[in-house]
Amino acid sequence: MIEIKDLNKQFGKFQVLRHVNLNIDAGQCVAMIGPNACGKTTLIKCMLGMVIPSSGNIYIKGKDIAGQFDYRHHLGYMPQKGRYPDNMTIGQVIDMMKDIRKGQSPFDEQLIYDFKLNTILHKKMRTLSGGTIQKVSAALAFMFNPDVLILDEPTAGLDPISADILKEKIHAVNKQGKLVIITSHLLSELDDLVSHVVLMQDGSIRFSMPVDVLRTETKTHSLSKAITHILKHDLVQ
Amino acid sequence: MILFNKIDKYILFDILKNRIVIAYTILLGILAWSVFTLEADSNKGVLTLLNIVLLTTPLVSIIFTAIYLYNSAEFIELLLSQPAGRKKIWNGLFFGLFASLAISFMLGAGIPILLFAPPNISLILVVMGCLITAVFVALGFLCAILTRDKARGIGISILIWLFFSLLFDGLVLFLMFQFAEYPIEKAMIGVSAMNPIDLARIFIILQMDVSAMLGYTGAIFKEFFGSGMGTIIGFATLCLWVIVPYWISLSRFVRKDL
Repeated sequence: MIEIKDLNKQFGKFQVLRHVNLNIDAGQCVAMIGPNACGKTTLIKCMLGMVIPSSGNIYIKGKDIAGQFDYRHHLGYMPQKGRYPDNMTIGQVIDMMKDIRKGQSPFDEQLIYDFKLNTILHKKMRTLSGGTIQKVSAALAFMFNPDVLILDEPTAGLDPISADILKEKIHAVNKQGKLVIITSHLLSELDDLVSHVVLMQDGSIRFSMPVDVLRTETKTHSLSKAITHILKHDLVQ
Repeated sequence: MILFNKIDKYILFDILKNRIVIAYTILLGILAWSVFTLEADSNKGVLTLLNIVLLTTPLVSIIFTAIYLYNSAEFIELLLSQPAGRKKIWNGLFFGLFASLAISFMLGAGIPILLFAPPNISLILVVMGCLITAVFVALGFLCAILTRDKARGIGISILIWLFFSLLFDGLVLFLMFQFAEYPIEKAMIGVSAMNPIDLARIFIILQMDVSAMLGYTGAIFKEFFGSGMGTIIGFATLCLWVIVPYWISLSRFVRKDL
């Protein structure tokens, strides 16, 4: 589904991504983890076409994405920190996105109702709290039934109930065979969701493997323990 | 109105509801109405208004554009994650910003101008107001793409405005005194093309009787800009002031990492 080949990215002298190679398939739920400034966000932005790689290629559904934008019909993106034009209402933001992606109906509006956004459609984006903006971002990401969902710290600003709603939705979509990529620092949050783990460090991929393999290898039950175990004992080279 | 793509429509409605833009419209309206109702001679009124418009419109256009673009950074990222090309997004932002600022200029200053000013002047004044808006929106785009830092970008945009509305004239005056001995009148036409505000001012003043008071330079200007060819060249130069900064910003945006 997504194939990344020898991807490099430099910002000036600073090399953010070094020789990244990665294969992810449909139906997986991938957790991208790693310390701050390890290149997670840059890698995601490369997939979304926001950052243009210095060298290397990304193939989504078999097609090179360099200079393209049609492939984004298959993508849903939920940013870590969403911000929308101040005077637009929630309803207008949703309408605008529908307008931009007109051909992709029927729209999946379940999250709009689950988050009860339908009752506050007239509210201006300026007046919304951080959590509510996150809900709008989440609703927009899922609205167009994308084959690939990229979620940057999806539950960071949400209350536990809303986070649960979102996790349910991620789980449901993943079961339909869609690919979900999540970045998060909260490993315990991801425990019951993810099927694969990609650990990044200093701009390169340290390892990428299914969760069950990781658990058996480290003989631990929870994801966070497994990761800390690996980091402490430096098991994977 | 022709909407070039879907993005500009929503941005237009967003900006029209913006408090600064509403205040700008009301301010222009109050100034224009009071100038025309207090001044019996509509020609004098046009001159007063011209100076006010050529000071406020560039300032509001360039700074508002720069601030809006910096504040929209995350929104632009979100748009980029949608199936839309970068050119389309940048064009949408440009037309949204230009259309909303031009509309507020028309509502605030355009209506009283069309009502009170002599017909031949009113039309050109309104057209120049919109063109100057376009020029400084384009320069605002250039400022916003040149640097990632919001404070620096807004600083640059203020400097550009200061340069074109104040410093440039001082510089020209200095040069004129230095080269007073030489026949520099023709060269002055070329120099005035370096400043879109001056160009717009010359266009409008030459439509009025007061241009007779401009002296020899004024006569040369009248000869050049009064002719059909000169008008076209002057107008084309103003359009270049829109196209070139915008084109530079667009070509940088297409390659930019967000």
